[in-house]
Parts: sequence; C-alpha cells; structure tokens
Amino acid sequence: MNNVYSVSAAPHIKQHISVRTVMWQVVLALLPALLAALYFFGMRALLLTLYGAAAAVITEALIQKLRRVPITITDGSAVVTGMLVAFNINAGAPWWIPVVGAFFAIAIGKQIFGGLGYNIFNPALLGRAFLVASWPTLMTAGWEKTSLGSINGLSNLPANIPAVITTATPLGVAKALRDTTQISPDIAEVVMNKLANMDTIVNVFWGNIGGCLGEISAAALLIGAAYLAYKHIIEWRIPVSYITTVFVLTYIFGGINGLFSASLFLPIFHIFAGGLILGAFFMATDMVTSPVTKKGRLIFGIGCGILTVIIRFVGGYPEGVSYSILLMNIAVPLIDRYTIPRPFGEAAK
Amino acid sequence: MGLKTFPGGIHPPDAKAYSRKSVLEKMPLPSRVIIPLSQHIGAPAKALVQVGDNVLTGQKIAEPGGFVSIPMHASISGKVTKIAKFPHPSGIMSEAIEITGDGLDRWVELKENPVFFELSSDDMKKIIAHAGICGMGGAGFPTHVKLSPPAGKNIDTVLLNGVECEPYLTADYRLMLEKPEEIITGLKIILKILGAKRGIIGVEANKPDVIKLFQQLLAAEESISVTGLRLKYPQGAEKQLIYAVTRRKVPNRGGLPMDVGVVVHNVGTAYAIYEALRFGKPLIERIITVTGKIVRNPKNLLARVGTLFSELVAYCGGTSEEIGKIVAGGPMMGFAVPTLDTPLAKGSSGLLILSHRESQKDKEHTCLRCGRCVDICPMNLVPSLIANSVRYNDWAQAERYGVLDCMKCGSCSYVCPSQIKLIQWIDIGKLKIAEIKAKS
Repeated sequence: MNNVYSVSAAPHIKQHISVRTVMWQVVLALLPALLAALYFFGMRALLLTLYGAAAAVITEALIQKLRRVPITITDGSAVVTGMLVAFNINAGAPWWIPVVGAFFAIAIGKQIFGGLGYNIFNPALLGRAFLVASWPTLMTAGWEKTSLGSINGLSNLPANIPAVITTATPLGVAKALRDTTQISPDIAEVVMNKLANMDTIVNVFWGNIGGCLGEISAAALLIGAAYLAYKHIIEWRIPVSYITTVFVLTYIFGGINGLFSASLFLPIFHIFAGGLILGAFFMATDMVTSPVTKKGRLIFGIGCGILTVIIRFVGGYPEGVSYSILLMNIAVPLIDRYTIPRPFGEAAK
Repeated sequence: MGLKTFPGGIHPPDAKAYSRKSVLEKMPLPSRVIIPLSQHIGAPAKALVQVGDNVLTGQKIAEPGGFVSIPMHASISGKVTKIAKFPHPSGIMSEAIEITGDGLDRWVELKENPVFFELSSDDMKKIIAHAGICGMGGAGFPTHVKLSPPAGKNIDTVLLNGVECEPYLTADYRLMLEKPEEIITGLKIILKILGAKRGIIGVEANKPDVIKLFQQLLAAEESISVTGLRLKYPQGAEKQLIYAVTRRKVPNRGGLPMDVGVVVHNVGTAYAIYEALRFGKPLIERIITVTGKIVRNPKNLLARVGTLFSELVAYCGGTSEEIGKIVAGGPMMGFAVPTLDTPLAKGSSGLLILSHRESQKDKEHTCLRCGRCVDICPMNLVPSLIANSVRYNDWAQAERYGVLDCMKCGSCSYVCPSQIKLIQWIDIGKLKIAEIKAKS
C-alpha cells in the first residue's frame, strides 16, 4: 500500500529516442551501400564488412570487460565503427585487414579515451589511417575491378594510355593527370575530357568504379543519407558545406590548364568519384567528433572541404577525405568554443 | 505552413484528446482548502486571520506583502483551522492557511458593477489588485503590476496568450470555447488600462474551433484580432509568442515584453479580470485540467483555490492503476509533487497523473554531442555545453554559455538521445550562480 511517487525535474515526458535507436538507424542507413558493394565486388565485400563489424564488437566487449565498465555492445556504435572501417578498404584486401583496422579503431580510437562520447577522432577513420600507414600497398593499390569490369570508370580510352591511368581509381586518374612527368599534356587533355563527361559521371554515381568497398556507389550512400536526414539523425550543415566547398574549389582549381579551366562536369565528378559522399554524410557528421553549434558545423564542413581539395590537388594522395576529417576533428573543441550562438533576443554587438 | 511561429521548438504528442471534449464542470465544494500565502512571483502575502476565526467565501484572509504581491481570499466559508507549512504545488513546503469548510458557501457581499467600463483605469487597477489576480498561465506575476508599466514605457500591443502549448492541458481551450465574450471584454479592459491600441489573441493551430469562434466574434472589431499560430512547443512561451505575432525580440538578460511595447496576459487572467470588474469577484476559483492516461474521467474543472489534488482526482473517478507521478501543471514545465495533499493554486492550469511506467526515467548516457538540443533550443542556447559546465562546477563558463537565458521549457531534455536531464543541470547552474551573486 505504501505507494511512493516519483519526483523529478521537468519535463515529465520524453521523446522515444536513445543512443541505441540512433546507432542502429545509422547501421540501417549503411545497408544500401553494402548491397551496392555486394553487387559490384561480390560476397567478399560482405564478408570483409562482417569481419570488421565483428572485430569491433568483440574488441569493445573485451576492453569494457578489462575496464570493468558496463558492456554496451548492443548500442550499435561499435557495429557502425566496424562497418565504416570495412567500407574504407579495398575489396581485394585480405580478411585480417578490416579486423586489425576495427581493433585499432575501437581500442585506440575510442575506448582509450573513455568510450562513446569521449573520443576526439572519428574512430573508423583513425583505423583507416592506421591501416594506410602500416600496409600502404594493400590499402592504396591493386584495386579490384567491379563486376561490370571497370576500375577508373572511363570508357573508350585510346590504346596508348599508360597503365598509371588504366589501373587507377577515378580519383587516381585525376591525380595522375596533374603530374606532367608521368603523362604527356596531349594525353592528359584527352583523358581529362573523358573524365569530365556525362558517361563517367554516370559510372561514378552508380558505383561502377574501383575504390574502397563502401564508397563507390554515391547513389546507394545518398539513399542512406536521405533516410538519416529524414530521421533527423544527420543535419544538413556539415554535408552541404563540405560538398559545396569541394565543388567550388574544384571548379576553380581542378582544371589542368590553370584557374577556372575545368568544365562544370569536373566538380560533379569529384563529388561522386571518391570517398566524399561517404565522408560527408557518414563520417564528418559523426556526432561525437563534430561541432555541436550550428555555425561550428558550417566551419567544420568548409574546413573539411578545403583540406580535401588541397590533398587531392597538392598532397601525395589521390583522395583526402579521411585525413581532412581527422584533421578537422582536432579543431572541434576550438570551433565550438568560438561559435557559441547569441541567445535569442541578444542585441548584436 | 504559413502560420506564424518562432525558430526552434519541438513536436511532442499533444495528448489533449483525454480531456478536450470535457465541458467545463463545477467541482463540488471541497470540505477543506489550503491556501498558500505565496501563489505568485514576489513577496508572500501576510495572513490577516488567526486560527479559530470564522471566514466567508471571498473574504480577504491575507494582505499583499509589498507592491509586487497579491492578497489571498477565503475560497470557502468556514473556520481557519491551521496556519502552518503545507505542501505547495511547486513541490516544496510553504506557509499556508487551512480553512475547514462549513459546507454552506456563505459569501461576502460582492459589489456588482454593470457599467464598469466607466471606471477610470486607476480604479480598475485597484479592483484588480484587490481581487488578488496574478498571471494564470503558470508563472503567476501579479497582474496589477504588469498593468502598471513605468513611465516612459509605451505599450502599443496587448497579447492574450491562448496558445496552451503544454501537452495534455485543455483548461484554456475550454475557457476560450465557453467564455469567449468574457475573455474579449477582459482584453478590452486591459487595453483601456494600458492605453494600448491593438489587442491580439494568439491561439495555436490545434484549436481551429476557437480560432473560428474568435474570428466570428471579432469580425466587427477594429483593434482586436485573433492570430492562429503554428503547432509547436513552446509556442506559448512569452518571448516566443511575442516574436511569432509581432516579430519583436524581447531583449534577454532581464529584458521585459514592455521593452518592445508589448504586454502578454493569459486568457484565464483576462477572464479573471472581467469577473473582478463586473461582479466584484476575487480570484478564488480557476479552471484546471485533471488528466492523464490512468485518470478514469479526465475533466476540466472549475475548482476553488486550495482544493486538494486528492479531491480532484477522486472527483474524476480516481485512477485505473497505481499512481506513479503527480504533476502540478503540464508535462513539460510542471512540477512533480510528492503528495496528493497538495492544493490547487491560482496558477495551477493542470493536474497530470502518470502511471509508474509513464514516470520512469532512463539512465543518463554520456553526451553524444549530437546537437539535437542545439537545433531545437528556442532561446538559441547550447544546452549540452551548459549542462557540462555545470556538471564540472564551471559556473563562469555556464554563465558565458547563457545559462541565465534559459526559460526551462524542457525541449532539450525531451529530445536528448542520451537521456541527459539537461534542465535539471541547468537549474542547478541557475541556483548556484544566483547564490554566488548574492554572496558577492
């Protein structure tokens, strides 16, 4: 009979949302890209993703057991990290690559900082960076052909094209064209025209290209991203500012004949060709490692865009999405600190 | 779309269906009432009666404790049986007068006035002050003070708040539906007192019948109109309502609506003002929504101030399950009280009864930094960072992040996937900072 009433601070109703619902919806949103990978690279892509996810979950459980903290593997966050690590590797990589990457991502990228919510870097990208540094050839060369037989996404190339272009991913081609020691200017001109045209863009959009297994199909990724946006799990500011920045800078600097020499197709190609769609919608938007303020998210996205373009055009890699996001992760506390919004009603200073 | 609103906000389920069809009903006379001496913002009232005194309904039993204060009146006739600390609808214990009723409801003589519109605005204000009226939307600011802007503040607009954005509550809805003419007259009185030229009644879009009714009644009026507002919480928060209707932003850090030429009153307050002027009636009863999934017959009751929650629940047929939580007010900003022996006060718009299952709160997780709270904060704050500053006792940073601008609407706690009690942390911050400021 002794009924005790609950007493707590308002509000007394709560939206039905939890860390778990957020994370599993991200997993769901990654499935279209996984299906695309299955279609273009076969069972191997699915298996590598499963290895990555399983390794992430097991690592998380083991470390949480060692730390004597509650085991939270059912919240889905480790699954997301494991899948994203696998999405960032070559479909032809050996089975232990995603396993080692996921282990590093969870152990060093996440748990060492205290677990979910405390990590500074996107764990999956840290895992990828570790793999690229340790096994550079496995990670950045020997790209698998898709089931439709394409690697660089270009069709009807003339016969005299060097291997550096025929075996490269689309962004690898774009990179090679900027290197006049490897490609003669007239061939570069021909290939550039092939690169920045509608046929190629159709290929890179659907994913009929070589590359990391989860990044190839922009179409499939966008379906997942639209779902997350609809569910209010990702917000427009980071992806839009990121992609817009890449678009603008690529249009200005992307041509091989000086400023503004690119056709409008080139920035579109650059948006869909590499890891930008995966990065902008699924990695840069990682809640823990991106700014909480609205203005901060814009700055973060623009920063990622600038760094990506610098790496693609000036740096040593054809693709710069992962490093640009990792570099911007470092700046997040600083960005938040300087972008605290003015409260409603406060006069402009 | 197209309806006026404010930036930010959330869409909780409105849960008004439980009680929205229940016609206003007079609650039978309670056998005992407890009248808190502090039912408003400002100095508590001072008791004028002693234990053993006989009182009549409507008799003044406590006088204002200052200018920003109101008198209290007996809400039933009977005997004063105790003056002591009693439970208060804000969840604390506070000084109150207990009256045990004689069941006769003998009233003091009321001064009716059919031609009250001929009174001067000062006389009107006096009557309102004597009637003990304070804001009936919840905050409870003494009404006569709000009607006395300092010289130099030019009020051009009076907003009547008929938004009732709190889920579950339908008290204002029923009042507007059943007493619209009285509300309009109340608004005219306020306009006259303030010398303001336009009056606008703001109603949320989930009450189309009310909007239509007011449109019909106001068709011939030039200076008074009704505005439909988009369904979004907290549409009825003062600053958000003012912005939605007039596009004016009340300055923060202590700014008042009158700084932008606006005064906002609740529709219930307008009704009380009308009753005070027309019938000389002090504020001794109000409409309260008694509701919740487990309440057998949710109702909108016209109940005497001081009526115990236990009697209200019993009159609504009791509950179908054991009670888990008692909320005085609405679910977003109401107070959870520890006992049903809590009385209804002048600002009590709702009594929400939740089951044990409904009152369960999940454990807090670490902040994911997802920014949902930032996206919806109607005050444009960063709730998660404020809460974190408070958690680590960094009061200066909490203040820099705007903790004092928070109006505690609860939207951030509502949307948080990590179940962080943001409002609770923010409240701790507010109290601590006030403490520190008081010391220095």
